[in-house]
Amino acid sequence: MENFTPISAALGGAMIGLSAVWLMASAGRIAGISGILGGALKAPKTDKLWRWTFLLGLGLGPLLVGLFKPSTLQVSFPTTGPLLIVAAVLVGIGTQLGNGCTSGHGVCGNARLSIRSLIATLTFMVTGVLTVFILRLAGGL
Amino acid sequence: MKLPLSTFISGLLFGGGLTVSQMVKPSKVISFLDITGNWDPSLAFVMGGALVVTFIGYRLVLKGETPLFEDRFRLPTRKDIDAPLIAGAALFGIGWGLAGLCPGPALASVSFAGTNALIFTATMILTIMAYRLMRARS
Repeated sequence: MENFTPISAALGGAMIGLSAVWLMASAGRIAGISGILGGALKAPKTDKLWRWTFLLGLGLGPLLVGLFKPSTLQVSFPTTGPLLIVAAVLVGIGTQLGNGCTSGHGVCGNARLSIRSLIATLTFMVTGVLTVFILRLAGGL
Repeated sequence: MKLPLSTFISGLLFGGGLTVSQMVKPSKVISFLDITGNWDPSLAFVMGGALVVTFIGYRLVLKGETPLFEDRFRLPTRKDIDAPLIAGAALFGIGWGLAGLCPGPALASVSFAGTNALIFTATMILTIMAYRLMRARS
């Protein structure tokens, strides 16, 4: 557990929470990234601009943090190549089929005490842990 | 222009939060899911911090009649547990575990994380578009 960073984790989490609360207060929307993205790609034209400006902010937020702490932008990808593409397809299909991801179900849904979100969160946590366990057994980590 | 500007600020906060918490680092996410290996429980604190703020904030905000710049709150109403919910969450979890990326961090990292982030995010977007196209036709 030498990489344990509870303070920055909780601080970043609180920022994500503030983002979700502000989106609800200003736009009346759930801050679910897969839902916002899905709608941005295929929604009535009148319902698109707020989605794209949210996504623009999402892309610029890290750069703003990186100005103060460049090390936060140094990332590495344990998985590359064909497996990375398979993963992206699963994330794409899974979030649309299950109507949400870590943000929509994990944060917003659970904060609303939604039973669907609780079941979804437990499910993706379990399959995520199992997947990493199998990857480790297979020598992929 | 108030609505798109306010959602831009929300996006900035979200992307900033993912970065401060290091959720944009796939290796960190995989370490969180790696409970039998060199486990790093940090991301539980991301979820915890986000949940506490959202739980309290939603209760205050939803006391109001309408949001500031829209005519109504749009909240999910479904309560049924159906097969697509479970299957979708299960598939998402497998992809999340494989790559260490979920949609938020993927989109947030295209601006700085190089080719792998671009490959993942482009594939994810194309998959979502294909899925929505097929569903619209059926």
